[in-house]
Amino acid sequence: MIQLAWLIPILPLIGFLIIAFGGKKLSKSLVSIIGCGSVLAAFGLSLGIFFQLHGTSQTVKLLDWMHVGRLQIDFSFLIDPLSVLFMLIITGIGFLIHLYSTGYMKEDEKYDRFFAYLNLFVFFMLLLVMGSNYIVMFVGWEGVGLCSYLLIGFWFKNTEYNNAAKKAFIVNRIGDLGFLLGMIAIYFTYNSLNFSNVFSTVSENHLDTGALNLIGILLFIGACGKSAQIPLYTWLPDAMAGPTPVSALIHAATMVTAGVYMIARSSVIFVYAPVAMETVAIVGLITAVFAATIGLFQNDIKKVLAYSTVSQLGYMFLGLGVGAFTGGVFHVMTHAFFKALLFLCAGSVIHAMSGEQDIRKMGGLKKALPITHLTFLIGTIAISGLPPFSGFFSKDEILAHAYEHNKLYWLFGIIASMMTAFYMFRLYYLTFHGPFRGTEDQKHHLHESPKSMTIPLVILAVLAAVGGFFGIPDEHKHLLHDYLKPAFTYASAQINDAPEAFNLQEALLMIFAVIAAAASIFAAWYLYKKKNMVPIANESDLPELQRLVYHKYYVDEFYNAIIRKPMDWISDKGYKFIEIRFIDAIVNGMGTMVKWSGSVVRLAQSGNIGFYMFAMTLAIIVMLLVKLF
Amino acid sequence: MVTASLIGLPLAFALLLLFTKGEGVKRIALIASVIEFALCIVAYVLLHKSQVAQVADARLSMNVPWIASLGVNFNVALDGISMVLVFLTCFLVPLIILSGFGKNHENPSLFYALLLFMQMALIGVFVAQDGFLFYVFWELALLPIYFICLMWGGENRGTITFKFFVYTIGGSLFMLAALIYLYLNTSLGETGIHTFDLQALINAGHGLSLTEQSFVFWGILLAFAVKMPIFPFHTWQPDTYHTAPTQGTMMLSGIMLKMGTYGLLRWLLPMTPAAFESWAPTVVVLSIISIVYASLMAIAQKDFKRLIAYSSIAHVGLIAAGIMAFQPGSGNTEGITGSIMQMFSHGINVVGLFLIADIIFSRMGTFEMSKLGGIRNIAPKFTSLFLIILMGSVALPLTNGFIGEFLLISGVFKYSAIAAGFAGLTIILGAVYMLRGFQTIMLGEIKSNTSSFTPLTASEGAVLVIIASAVIFFGVYPKPVLDLIQNDVQQLVSSLKVIHP
Repeated sequence: MIQLAWLIPILPLIGFLIIAFGGKKLSKSLVSIIGCGSVLAAFGLSLGIFFQLHGTSQTVKLLDWMHVGRLQIDFSFLIDPLSVLFMLIITGIGFLIHLYSTGYMKEDEKYDRFFAYLNLFVFFMLLLVMGSNYIVMFVGWEGVGLCSYLLIGFWFKNTEYNNAAKKAFIVNRIGDLGFLLGMIAIYFTYNSLNFSNVFSTVSENHLDTGALNLIGILLFIGACGKSAQIPLYTWLPDAMAGPTPVSALIHAATMVTAGVYMIARSSVIFVYAPVAMETVAIVGLITAVFAATIGLFQNDIKKVLAYSTVSQLGYMFLGLGVGAFTGGVFHVMTHAFFKALLFLCAGSVIHAMSGEQDIRKMGGLKKALPITHLTFLIGTIAISGLPPFSGFFSKDEILAHAYEHNKLYWLFGIIASMMTAFYMFRLYYLTFHGPFRGTEDQKHHLHESPKSMTIPLVILAVLAAVGGFFGIPDEHKHLLHDYLKPAFTYASAQINDAPEAFNLQEALLMIFAVIAAAASIFAAWYLYKKKNMVPIANESDLPELQRLVYHKYYVDEFYNAIIRKPMDWISDKGYKFIEIRFIDAIVNGMGTMVKWSGSVVRLAQSGNIGFYMFAMTLAIIVMLLVKLF
Repeated sequence: MVTASLIGLPLAFALLLLFTKGEGVKRIALIASVIEFALCIVAYVLLHKSQVAQVADARLSMNVPWIASLGVNFNVALDGISMVLVFLTCFLVPLIILSGFGKNHENPSLFYALLLFMQMALIGVFVAQDGFLFYVFWELALLPIYFICLMWGGENRGTITFKFFVYTIGGSLFMLAALIYLYLNTSLGETGIHTFDLQALINAGHGLSLTEQSFVFWGILLAFAVKMPIFPFHTWQPDTYHTAPTQGTMMLSGIMLKMGTYGLLRWLLPMTPAAFESWAPTVVVLSIISIVYASLMAIAQKDFKRLIAYSSIAHVGLIAAGIMAFQPGSGNTEGITGSIMQMFSHGINVVGLFLIADIIFSRMGTFEMSKLGGIRNIAPKFTSLFLIILMGSVALPLTNGFIGEFLLISGVFKYSAIAAGFAGLTIILGAVYMLRGFQTIMLGEIKSNTSSFTPLTASEGAVLVIIASAVIFFGVYPKPVLDLIQNDVQQLVSSLKVIHP
């Protein structure tokens, strides 16, 4: 079965090809069957492999690719616990979101295109996590970027959406350059790009900390792009322009966690690169706090979730940076459950509200959307870190390691987590409780979504509720840690991320975190349920500090002012003054001189230099040809 | 014999076309180029067999005296590196001819005769093993394109073509001088006359002092630098690409500029080792300036054809950087291999992009991007093909552009990590200008003028599909190209003389 692993990415690729070439000739139901079926089949295979793996690690080769000198790159796949876990998340949640999309996108005229792109995305995402070398990972890495571009700009008539898509692609490419250079640095340092060779070499010979730090930081730049960390996070909130299932699948559950996967996969490099490791932790922590503050004041249901995603990704990097590799990956998993759930619920709400996304115009949706309401509540509790829901366990593991590493990291982690609980419950109360604040028209139209949409919600809600039990914080009961152990063997020689036996300190930290979250939830309840407060409609009435946060600290405007505008200015002025008036002017000046000197000696001639040169050359050639024969 | 026929066949058909009249010439030209392509496949098979068997195939080379008194031979040979470029030429010419099936040129027999004549000269450049022969083909390639631009070009063609002609021929005169200098330094041997044989010229070059080598180096380089072009010798290029009829632009950008990059590899790299060591860093810097500068210029363009022209300068800059960043003795073949792969890919992609520009122009009457928009609404298939070729151009993995670019940046990285960082900016800036162009032209609401966009004709569609397929095929499976050149690159690299190990 494991030898069939290459089929897993190929199945969605075939789905893509059939739908892309079949196009409008295929009926919608056939498109749905192919689109969902290919991913479901891939999930089935992944599950089969999961049960046969038994902690081993195997390489499956598909095709020769690039053989240049020492560089031997094949399309081959590494099947080990880490990649199989990601495969399960991608195909499992991917399937649920495909299913959901059959309902959500039903009325869209480009239904076939949508499924083609989604399948293509799943293909690239699987390549990313299954590749047995950095190049195949990079193929997936850039491929998902392309799909993200296509899907953010899916409704391409809207210029704003197109701009968001373009921005996502370009910002990601900044990160990709870092990844590419990091990869090349690995190649020239370790003479290989295959994971098995690189990692075993690093674990034996890791004295060159400088090179390892450089490699680590370059790779992390790549991760910052794809996983929306400071300073490259600005594309992700804009990416919400895409259809909501896309936000759930690509911009919450899978693609944006690629950076986490990459660093977890390269854990052995990072454990011997202390500077890079600390950078990961600090950037992750700052992002977690920073994005959470922005989330506090957003009024667009998807924007709140987007900033929360940025913040949660920061959490994952904090975990990786302090050596909690299992914890980081654990949070990827639980986050995939609850964030996909929250986005899909948001989609269901937007569907019911006829496209409205502003929570100030919602309220009281509890009655009309009972399933959406309940599942959303479960997701909200899970992300807020209340036991026994999944988010609690994964966050706790990260925070426990952060506490061991640096108590300040832990403190800021708690602060971010408090803000998360607050804005998530704010979102929940404003959306589902209180009076309805929309139009009469919308009110009549309110409805629960069809089964194709609610079934995925229910399944994800169950996972979000119980998914945490894979990682009970005790050395003997932590299933996920036991499972992932082989993937972190090399790294554990330097940093052991195993959970210790459950002790008093851990219990106290846990209780503290729960109390903090509960206090935030109480505050949100008090303001938005008890007092029925609604964020003010006119943002210019906000107090100054709040307005600053509401406008996302003007980071986009800042980037525009320091990067985009200067770049446009330089190219524009450069073109007008350097290119045309300087370089070309010199060239033309020389030409004029030649012409002028030509006109001086033009007595018997017509004065056309071009003609002379041509005639001369032609004459020489004719003479030579004559000689040849 | 086969190699010589590859040169002779297009020439024969060119002459035939001159005596043909009427609309049928397009078809004859297409048939001619397809026969040539078939012959090229034969050559490829022979070469492949000889590589596997590790014995040279006599059918692939030919060496007969031409001007015996001067030591000039008609010496042509096909190795893997030449084969890639010959294949590129023979693959693209039929597509370029086919892409013009919807057009009616004035005096079509002359137009297509010139096109085939140019193909002959280009192939000659890629297979010549004799310095004089190389120079003759080099100049012969210029003549037809000069006439094509002059007679079928767009506005202002007189001035622009004149500049192009003088600039490039001026550059190559320096090369001629350098080659003659080398020639005069070749050993006399038994016959008592000098020779233009490539290997003899290389040997002569190795015997020169650093100063002499430097003059030879810059003389030869100048011709190549103008032809590619690299900064600051590039200002003829955007105007010429813009004003030339699109089929001419395709010949120029798809194939002819590879004369320059190929020349760097075959003629400049081995010729003057001491000068290479001293001056290559300067050229690397110029090439990297080309990449960044031309990318910025591309961002400033409002005209799509000009945008592609500048993007071509950026791509060629990376090819040049990858070659010139080679360090003799290091045994690193990444940069050299990447440069060949990228010559091949760039040729295919840029022809695709210029065809796209032409398709739009022939319907909308403008290259001005701001006047276009929303074409995706009525032409979804065209949009998909455009996007695939665009992705090849921005080097997305699984397209042909990625393999070359990755290897080239690796080559530059080995030379200097900082330089690689600057060279790698092409990854970001390329996405900036290409996606801007794509978005402005294709996306958004449909406009009143673009609503009349008619579907692709069969010939346009066929060419775009073939190009888009090649973009993906060679991205997924570059093995045929990489295998073909592996030994020859290895041989080239190990033959280079190390001055200061």
